Amino acid sequence: MSTATTARVSDGTAVRSWKNPIILSVVALLALLVFALGAPGNDVTFRLSEEGDPVVLPSIVVSAPVIGWIAALAMLALAVLAILRTRSGQKVPTWVPAVFAVLFLIAFLTWVVGSARTPNVALYGLLAGSVTLAVPLIFGSLSGVLCERSGVVNIAIEGQLLFGAFAAAVAASLSGSALVGLVAAAVAGVLVSLVLAVFSIRYVVNQVIVGVVLNVLVSGLTGFLFSAVLSEDAERWNSPPRLPVIEIPLLADIPVIGPILFQQTIVGYLMYVAVAVVYVALYHSRWGLRTRAVGEHPKAADTLGVNVNRMRFLNVLLAGVVAGIGGSFFTLVAVSGFGRDMTAGQGYIALAALIFGRWNPIGAFFAALLFGFATNLSNVLSLLGTPVPDQFLRMLPYVVTVFAVAGLVGRSRAPGASGIPYIKG
Amino acid sequence: MTPQDDRPVSPATGDGAPHTRRQAKDAARQDEVRLENAVETADGELPPPAVPATAAGLGAGPAPDAPLLHRIMTGNALVAFLSVVLSLILGGLLIAVTDQNVARASSYFFSRPQDTLGAAWTAASGAYLALFQGSVINFEGDSFTRIIYPLTQTLTVATPLICAGLGVALAFRAGLFNIGAQGQILIGATFAGWIGFTLHLPAGIHLLLVILAGMVGGAVWAGLVGLLKARTGAHEVILTIMFNYIATNLVLYFLSTPAFQRPGSTNPISPQLDATALYPPLLGPAFRLHWGFVVAVLATVFVWWLLNRSTVGFELRAVGANASAARTAGVNVSKGYILAMAIAGALAGLAGVAQVSGTEKVLTSGVAASFGFDAITVALLGRSSPWGTFAAGILFGAFRAGGVAMQASTGTSIDIVLVVQSLIVLFIAAPPLVRALFRLPSPGAPRAGKGGSTTRTPASTGAAA
Repeated sequence: MSTATTARVSDGTAVRSWKNPIILSVVALLALLVFALGAPGNDVTFRLSEEGDPVVLPSIVVSAPVIGWIAALAMLALAVLAILRTRSGQKVPTWVPAVFAVLFLIAFLTWVVGSARTPNVALYGLLAGSVTLAVPLIFGSLSGVLCERSGVVNIAIEGQLLFGAFAAAVAASLSGSALVGLVAAAVAGVLVSLVLAVFSIRYVVNQVIVGVVLNVLVSGLTGFLFSAVLSEDAERWNSPPRLPVIEIPLLADIPVIGPILFQQTIVGYLMYVAVAVVYVALYHSRWGLRTRAVGEHPKAADTLGVNVNRMRFLNVLLAGVVAGIGGSFFTLVAVSGFGRDMTAGQGYIALAALIFGRWNPIGAFFAALLFGFATNLSNVLSLLGTPVPDQFLRMLPYVVTVFAVAGLVGRSRAPGASGIPYIKG
Repeated sequence: MTPQDDRPVSPATGDGAPHTRRQAKDAARQDEVRLENAVETADGELPPPAVPATAAGLGAGPAPDAPLLHRIMTGNALVAFLSVVLSLILGGLLIAVTDQNVARASSYFFSRPQDTLGAAWTAASGAYLALFQGSVINFEGDSFTRIIYPLTQTLTVATPLICAGLGVALAFRAGLFNIGAQGQILIGATFAGWIGFTLHLPAGIHLLLVILAGMVGGAVWAGLVGLLKARTGAHEVILTIMFNYIATNLVLYFLSTPAFQRPGSTNPISPQLDATALYPPLLGPAFRLHWGFVVAVLATVFVWWLLNRSTVGFELRAVGANASAARTAGVNVSKGYILAMAIAGALAGLAGVAQVSGTEKVLTSGVAASFGFDAITVALLGRSSPWGTFAAGILFGAFRAGGVAMQASTGTSIDIVLVVQSLIVLFIAAPPLVRALFRLPSPGAPRAGKGGSTTRTPASTGAAA
């Protein structure tokens, strides 16, 4: 009881909340123990470019103990700062946890790569791979942004992605064109959205229930069709052509950021476009204002003549387009062909990215990148051969998610009317 | 925190109030009155009740003085029955459409349509017949044992579904969406399994310890979610989903350590549990049905008692119905979240015990199958009521047991069961849709329209609290 009320007060007026200082101190001490005292004695190499690249940058070589100690001490200093600020009743500045997180990341990377059998990692590959892995997450969380900002909780992101992936594979295989697959994926996403919208808006069924059940439905449906149709004649139904990687001349040759930004498939470029468009539309257009109004205070919006449920319906359908396209990533970009339950919970991670990104398209974008990074890091590290067991590496994205939603970010506030159906009158 | 989490199991200490039992009961009665007032006077600002049981939209039952036929036509049971029928029909269509013979016959549909329709009927009815024979009664059995064997299989499969479903339902009632039954089953099974194959104790005590360990394992795993939710406000849907993945990897890790891995094996599989750690068979060695089913029945009774007859259960329901009002009335909401999750986890842990010491007799990372996810649909279908969940667990157990038999005999993929199950839940959650499809009258007086079902609007459980 008491914790709940004090936390609530501290939200608004920044009365002392000891959560941040305590978490920072504990993590800083852990960092001191593991990254500084337990640092491997060797150097760590981060490669920035490959030998054959047009522009070759020198690799960054650092000493693991030096980085470990510097980062750990800096983190301790930040923790002390947070404690002092909190003691004097001031708010801990927002840059403190941010810098802290970056330091932790650097120290962790140095430590974990340093402890590997080959203390040498291609940083550019690590980053580019993170972006690639984050593509479906970003589409998924944008879908969530569109829905939740208009007041509909979208648990069905997983289903939208999976059905998009399925439809893309089938349509692209039948037509022989990956672009047709892309369109089919969008349509499939809309179909899932349609069910979500009809049940949650028209029939006011609990939105979380509809979402969860839709995920099961899509999983069962695609799984059934996969075994009944797709695997019977995989040549015909499940061998989609892949989307080609489009390199933008010159720009793609820039080291590190070139492969990330200018060496993508059309889905990758669409992802950047979608983030920008959703952001601008949401905050700088009449449609966006209405969407946010409907999600925050539907009654007020209704009073001013906005058709609340129509607005929500359209937003949910639009979200289906976005998530469906994201789903096509699985079958047209990542691998060529559909597999049972191949989205493997990415939709849920997208949901977490949405919350971690505070229901903001840009925030969700970076949150999704973080999860993509965690996933890619665990892949890369298991190849390098680290002392950390494989299973723990595979846990990494999920643990990061838990920390993200429960830890440093603090209490994030959902749109006011998210999850509450609007009944006029 | 482990011992505390099991406190609700004993009613006298589970209360948490410092007074005697009678005082606590009096206080509870007063709370009830106060709470009802608080909910009533929340001037419409507060979101409506968060209990999915009512949220599913069946708020308005038929008027008690209406004619019998009208009551049947507008009742919940009919909607539930029609939902099942409708879902089975849609599933049957799906089977027929994807069937090879139907596809072949449909190439000359316009010259001989009856061939296509006949093939479609054969495909769908064949699959459903196999489903029925695999889950209820096998007509072709040559002995009584063979004939009723499918029914016992259904109950065996239903056992973990009921236990985990009860956990999900209980959390629902406290306003928490517990998607994490899968992880809780896994961790519960891991605890139980470890006790089962590491310790060598006399019969009776050993099984008791195994059951207890399973419950503790699930309770700790889920209680952690409750704690995080209560302390940091993190959304339990995300947390429980992430905990599922973490649990799977954790169990895989354990199974690669010497403490868990079967000696001489490189696969992630544990040694067989001791015979003393296993549930004895319920109907003799010819059947796989074990005493875990009786435990599931007892768990159902316990949850019914907890929710409807105990102070703790009342507080949990109050938190679920309206957390703000409950807080105003003096209920410790944080404690409620932790407690609800811990009990839910303990129940899911029981499901893990049913698997590891009843059906599988060995710990693998696949010991939970997909029971944790099916449990969600079971709880939804059961409207989060204990006996409803029990019945839904048996229905879905039949689907699953029959689905396996169906896949073996007709080649129809068991995934169709998922489709039918989720359709059932969707339709049951939207009675107006089912009524519209079958042109049934809506409940209440005609001029009231749908008023009855819309006043009790769905939950805000989805909104981040």
